[in-house]
Amino acid sequence: MVYWQFFLSFFKIGLFSYGGGFAMIPLIQKEIESHNWLTAHEFVNIIAVSEATPGPVAINSATFVGFKTAGFWGAFVSTLGVCLPSLIIVLILARIVDKFIDHPVVKGMLYGIRPVVISLVLLAAVFVAQTVLFTEQGVLGVDWISVIIVCLGFLGVMKYKLHPILLIFIAGVSGILFY
Amino acid sequence: MKILWELFITFFKIGAFTFGGGYAMLPLIQQEVCDNKHWIKEEEIVDVIALSQSVPGAIAVNASTFIGYKISGIKGALVATLGTVLPSFLIILSLAGLLLKFAGNEIVEKAFSGIRAMVMALILAAVFKMGKSSIKDYRTLTIAVISFVFLLLFDLHPIVAIIFGGLAGVIIYNKFILLKDKEGCN
Repeated sequence: MVYWQFFLSFFKIGLFSYGGGFAMIPLIQKEIESHNWLTAHEFVNIIAVSEATPGPVAINSATFVGFKTAGFWGAFVSTLGVCLPSLIIVLILARIVDKFIDHPVVKGMLYGIRPVVISLVLLAAVFVAQTVLFTEQGVLGVDWISVIIVCLGFLGVMKYKLHPILLIFIAGVSGILFY
Repeated sequence: MKILWELFITFFKIGAFTFGGGYAMLPLIQQEVCDNKHWIKEEEIVDVIALSQSVPGAIAVNASTFIGYKISGIKGALVATLGTVLPSFLIILSLAGLLLKFAGNEIVEKAFSGIRAMVMALILAAVFKMGKSSIKDYRTLTIAVISFVFLLLFDLHPIVAIIFGGLAGVIIYNKFILLKDKEGCN
């Protein structure tokens, strides 16, 4: 019955978290605490690993918490639970959007929403910049190695059309060599 | 069948190389789905993000479901989502113990310092690429600037920003652009 409980908890997390993986962490923590599934220390470690492994943080942490607490099937039902609300809601919405895509009201909405989305993504870059570009040890408090990686990476994508996966590899290696 | 397999492989690749959550995925989605496969257009990616941000759940899952549906219906949605989720699932299951041990390792930390900086560059590049198709005139530029200021300085909730953008869009589009198009026809 622990599986059913896992499924329900993660379904709830998937259903009520807005704004992606990081917004989910407090919700996951609440569910874990109320069921005594993990200690606070274990939870912090799991979040650290979830952020450092590839893939969406929400999926990583759901899989990890489920696995730690109830093995393979625990991981399976938590991951399924966290994805299912998204799947159902997006599918319903996608069908509606498809039907009305040529309606002037929908066209107008998209006309206004698109620039807002650009701002949202730019905002995400600004938040990452706060943790990436500044450091206490650097000259003038700036992490110059990061600044160089950001500039070269930007140039690599925009001008030389290098593949993001290649750039991530290069950045990882440069990190080991230069930090 | 072939398209479903291609969808799966593409999203598996995206899931396997995304570090740091939903937005970090955008540059990869853009590269694979728009530039390489030409499955959807740049501005459609922007619509996908708007929708993914407006409904609950992980942005990555929302986005892959939506893109999969656009390309190949419900089957496409399921396959793309499975592709996105599977790398995470497999990596965590097989490496869970090892990962906990290496969480604070110096070399791993150094590599991630580099990767984080690159993720920022990739997101910035995505802003510029998508900006070209979404910010076409001074009206959309105004919407972008105003929403950015409110999001950054006043902590405006993303969904509120999207709703206001939608309202402003309906008014502007129907007052100016549709009218102009009609006049242009005469």
